[in-house]
Parts: sequence; structure tokens; C-alpha cells
Amino acid sequence: MLRTLKTLMYLLTSIALLVSFETGAFAAKKSKTLKKTQKMGFVRCGVSQGLPGFSNADASGNWTGVDVDLCRAVAAATLGDSGKVKFFPLSAKERFTALTSGEIDVLSRNTTWTLSRDADIGLTFVGVNFYDGQGFMVRKSSGITSVNQFKAGVSACTNLGTTTELNMRDFFNSKGIKYEPVTFEKADEVVAAYDAGRCDTYTTDKSGLAAQRIKLSKPNDHIVLPETISKEPLGPVVRQGDAVWEDIVRWSLNVMIEAEEYGITSANADSMKSSDNPAVKRLVGAEGELGAAFGLDNDWSLRIIKQVGNYGESYKRNIADTGILPDRGPNQLWTKGGILYVPPAR
Amino acid sequence: MNHRIKSIVPQLLTLLFVVAVIGFFTINAQLNMDERGIDFGYGFLSQESSFDVQFSLIEYDGSHSYAKAYLVGLLNTILVSVLGIIFCTIIGVIVGIARLSPNYLIRNTAAWYVEFFRNVPLLLQIFFWYYAALRALPLPENTEPLFGVTYLTVKGYYIPRFIWENFDILIYSILAAVISIVFIRNYARKLQEEKGQQLPVLLISVGIILIFPAITFVTGMVQLEVALPVLKQLSKTSFIYAEGLSVPPELLALVLALSLYTATFVAECVRAGVQGVSKGQKEAAASIGLTPNQILKLVVMPQALRIIIPPTTNQYLNLTKNSSLAAAIAYPDLVLVFAGTALMQTGRAIEIVSITMLTYLTLSLAISLLMNWYNKKIAIKEK
Repeated sequence: MLRTLKTLMYLLTSIALLVSFETGAFAAKKSKTLKKTQKMGFVRCGVSQGLPGFSNADASGNWTGVDVDLCRAVAAATLGDSGKVKFFPLSAKERFTALTSGEIDVLSRNTTWTLSRDADIGLTFVGVNFYDGQGFMVRKSSGITSVNQFKAGVSACTNLGTTTELNMRDFFNSKGIKYEPVTFEKADEVVAAYDAGRCDTYTTDKSGLAAQRIKLSKPNDHIVLPETISKEPLGPVVRQGDAVWEDIVRWSLNVMIEAEEYGITSANADSMKSSDNPAVKRLVGAEGELGAAFGLDNDWSLRIIKQVGNYGESYKRNIADTGILPDRGPNQLWTKGGILYVPPAR
Repeated sequence: MNHRIKSIVPQLLTLLFVVAVIGFFTINAQLNMDERGIDFGYGFLSQESSFDVQFSLIEYDGSHSYAKAYLVGLLNTILVSVLGIIFCTIIGVIVGIARLSPNYLIRNTAAWYVEFFRNVPLLLQIFFWYYAALRALPLPENTEPLFGVTYLTVKGYYIPRFIWENFDILIYSILAAVISIVFIRNYARKLQEEKGQQLPVLLISVGIILIFPAITFVTGMVQLEVALPVLKQLSKTSFIYAEGLSVPPELLALVLALSLYTATFVAECVRAGVQGVSKGQKEAAASIGLTPNQILKLVVMPQALRIIIPPTTNQYLNLTKNSSLAAAIAYPDLVLVFAGTALMQTGRAIEIVSITMLTYLTLSLAISLLMNWYNKKIAIKEK
């Protein structure tokens, strides 16, 4: 009896030791999500159902946009190839459930960072890749040039289940205007309803208005009003509970922004290895052991810059050159008068 | 003994299986929610919803709770269902009887209608009415009035609004009328059974239901004001009709699509019911000297209804459940308001979806109960 007990104790201790060793040595660096991603061979990324400049698929199914580039950066860092991304187009209504239920691993879908979303529903926002604000679009012929000219009875089309819906209420309430909200699940339905004259105004993030305007039958007949009624910091989101994966996504974004700050581009990244600046050398993997903290190799950041480019390149390619928002506004580096400011990668 | 075990074991195994499946999903959900730091609870229902809804039957805005938002969605679902059930019954009965018409044109038009609307998917029909038919309507400022005082525009159907004073008195007068009619009917039946005299019950009933409320108007106890829609300018090129009542195009499209689609099935039920009454019954009725109207009312319909009611109940249930397609065209029903916006804003998927499912279940069961009660009432009473 005593012997059996002794053996049992021994066994239990060794198991406990083994488990603690496991967690101490590997699990801290290798996240569950990372392991799964590497096993599958692609990053599962939730994007919009078509928002030019952010995430939009062309006729042959190639996705482009700044939100898409973030997912490509994560793929480049974790799998070595920015092409290894599987995109899941999601409506505003579906996006969080898809993430929390484990259908996708990164949600990069022009999603506003708010307290309740971050704290309440099992999500973690990892950063901001676009500083936006809500605005209104109206017909030029209406003669409206400011949000102060809206009158009671105005009907406003927007997307279902967005912060837009909430801001709109705050805004019209503060003005004491009774309004008619008409909410659709898909952005295309909102655009069509506004285009047909169902609504007097179309309200969403200003970047979205600029992007969707080109889908209207006569884009030049419409204007975006100058006022911005809310703060909409848009950024990538991950599931709560995997701190290492969260770090990987956060720093994939930060690396892109910092690379722009130090002038590292997809074209000159390799030659930057011989730079005199240690910060630059760290970013291209020529100095330090930054990747090890995530369980990645040391070239992870170099791959992001080489395959996807820095933030400025991504912005130019997707948003400026497509004519959506040529002016970077607040999405300029802090050194150039914007508010893009990320912690140092060291 | 052996026989008893044989019959119990499969049942026990089935029960065990069901319990295990439910248990697995519960535990799985719990573990995963714990891991992701999601808590479970219905406390959010009392929180401020902070979103507005386009169309509501009760007073509601974003300062009310999520529970109130749920009620708004539920009432909108019930509104669409009730309107749909009324219209699909009217259209269905007319078309069903038309299919039996001896007139070639009427019979075949009805048949074509049934075949066409029954075989096009409902969602497509909803899209057709909303995106093709109603979107093609003119803007408010270019609209010619319909029936003199209503305006059918791309922004909605504007109708006059009735403003009642002492509306409750009117309700009481109608109640009083209904109670008197019940008494008169009983008296008429007694009179017929005892003395064989017939009273013009229908005429008297219609009279009472008109006269009672009319008295309240004439004496000035109840007053009615009508607010007509008036064109109002919002900006240089944007107009609406204010003052009156606005029926959103989303509601119109949904009721149109649901009732036209479900009416085809109701029509088939009606046709089957009438055809199900044996020819001998009609001939026998005619041979004892009943008029064609009496034959329909006293012989055919009572028997046909027994055949019609059960399958029609199914159609009413289908219509109610199909009304959840509202979410596709922005009509704020239960699915759009609660399982849509509220779910999104709170992120409480399991709680909200479970409440929504339970609500549809309750609605369907309530309709079933009502129809079963009616079915029992008209069933053959064996003495």
C-alpha cells in the first residue's frame, strides 16, 4: 500500500515537473494560435466585404488594402510568405463572433477601437492602423454644406451594428433633431439605398464615405460634409487569451510604421542591414534577437518590410494612389505632423 | 422480463445520447468562454441600448434599455406577421375559390398566379418588391396623391393620421356592441329551435356594430381629427411628408412579398378543402331545398374548414418565421434589432440568440394553440 502511494507520488511530481517545464520553456514563446497557423500554413484573416483602400477584392479575387496588408505582414512574419493568407469577408454584424468563435485569427476590418468592445466581449485591440472619424455625405443639389443644416425628419442610411449607429444617435440627439435611421447589413445595400433617394444622407467613417462614393451612379453629385462627429481609431483585433499572438500582430503593425519612420522600404530593406543606425539594424534583423520573444526567427521584421512594405508604401499604394484620400491627414508620422507614433522596436 | 429490458435499453441509450450531446455543447461553450474571458449573463438587458430604431410601435429611443429594444423588435415582427396573415388569408381564399371557378379566364389566372409565386424563392420576391418595385417610386415632391390624401413615395407610404379624443370610450362602445350581438344571436337560435322563426341576424349585427360607435360620435363623447400628410422641405432638394403617418417602404415590401407568397399555399389549402367535401353532400343539400348560398354556408364550408384549418396553420407559422427575412431589407424586426444591432453592440451572442430562438418558438406555439382551439371548435361534435 505504502509502496503504491510512493510510486503514485513520484509519478505525480514528475508529471507536474514536466508540465511546468513545458509551459516555462516553450509555451511562453509559442502561442497556441501561432502553432495552429504554422500547422495550417496560412493566416486566417477577417476582412470587409469590399471597402476600397482597406480591404477589397478585384475581379480575380486578389485582395488589396491597408487592412489586407496588415494580415499579409502577419503571414510574412509567421509563415515567411505574405501570400499565405486566407481572407474571410465578413459583415459588421458577423465580424466579432467569427473572431471569438475561432473562425478567424486576426480581424483586420476597419473596426473602431472602443472600451466596451475591448473589455467586454473577449476581444483585444492591438493598435491603430487608421485614424478616422465619422462624417456625412449628402447630395450637392440639396444645398447642404454643414451638418448644422439638417432638419427634423431627415433619414440617414448606415451600416447595422457599427459605432456609426451609436454616434449618429449622439449627434442628432445633441442637436435635438428627430431622424429616421435606416440600417442595412451590407455596405453595398447602404450605398444603393442612398443612391435611390431612400435616405437624405449617408453616414459612416469618412474614409468609408470617400471609398464608397465611387460606387454611386454619379459620384460627383455628392459631397462629404466637412464636420467630423466622432473619433474612429480603426485597427486590427485578436481574440483574448493568447498574449503572444496578440504581440505578434501588434508588432507586425508597429514594424511597418517604424520602418517608414526610419526610411526603410521594400526596395532598400536588404541594403539597410549595413546601416550605422542600430535601430534600423534591429528592424531588418541585423542586430538583436527581437523575433525570439515571439518564438519567431530574426528575419521576421525584414520579411514584413520586404514583402509588404512600410506603412507609407501601403498607404500610398492603397489609399492615396487610388484617389480615395490622397491627403494623409492624421495618418502621417508624428515626425511629419501626424499622430502615427509607435513604441520603439527594441 | 427480457422483453421489458429490450424495450427500455434503447430508450435509455437515446436519453443518454441526448444528455451527452447537450452536456458536451454546454461544457464546450463554457470552457471556451472562460478561456476568452467572456462572461455569461442576462444583466445587459437592463443597460441603456444607445441606438435608435427606424420604426417602432411603442415609444422608444436609445436612452431605453436593451429589453425595450427587444420589445420594439418583437412588436415589429408581430405587426408584419399579423398583417401578412390577414392579407394572405384574404388573397388565398379569393384565389383558392377562383381556381374552382367555371370561368376559364378566372380559373387559369388564379392557377398561373399560384404556380408563379409559389415557385420563386421568397427572399428573391422580397428583394424584387424592395429593390425593383418600391425603389422605382418617385421622390416625395414628385408624387401624385393616391386616393386623394395618401402619397406612395420612395421614402415610404404617407397616409393620414387619426388623432382620437377619448379613444377608450369608442373601444367600450364596440365592446358593448359585440356583447349585444352575442345575446341577440343566442336569442335568434332559441327562437328558431323553439318556434322555427328566423331573424335577420346578420343585418341586425352590422347595424349594431355601426350604430353604437356612431352614437358616441354624434353625442361628441369621442372626437376624431385627421392629420393629412403635408409636404415639408428639409433642404433644397429633399422633401418628406410631415404630420401624417409614414409607413416605411421596408414594411410595405415585406408585407407584400410575405402575403403574396404565402397566399399561394393558402389558396391551395382552400381549394383542397372545398374539393374535399363530397359531391353527395351538395346534392343532398340541394335536394332538401337549400339555396346555393345556404349550401355554401351550412353544408360545404363547415366541412371544408375542417380540412382547410390544419394545413393553413402551418402556412401561418411559416409566414411568421419567414418574417425574419426582414433583416435583408432593413425592416427593424426582432432579428434585425435584437439579433442584429443589439447583438453587435453587446457582443452577447449566446444570450441574444437563445432569447431570439425562444421568442420565435413561443410565437409559433401561440399561433398553433390559437388555431388548434379554432380547429377543435369547428370539429365534428359527436353526441
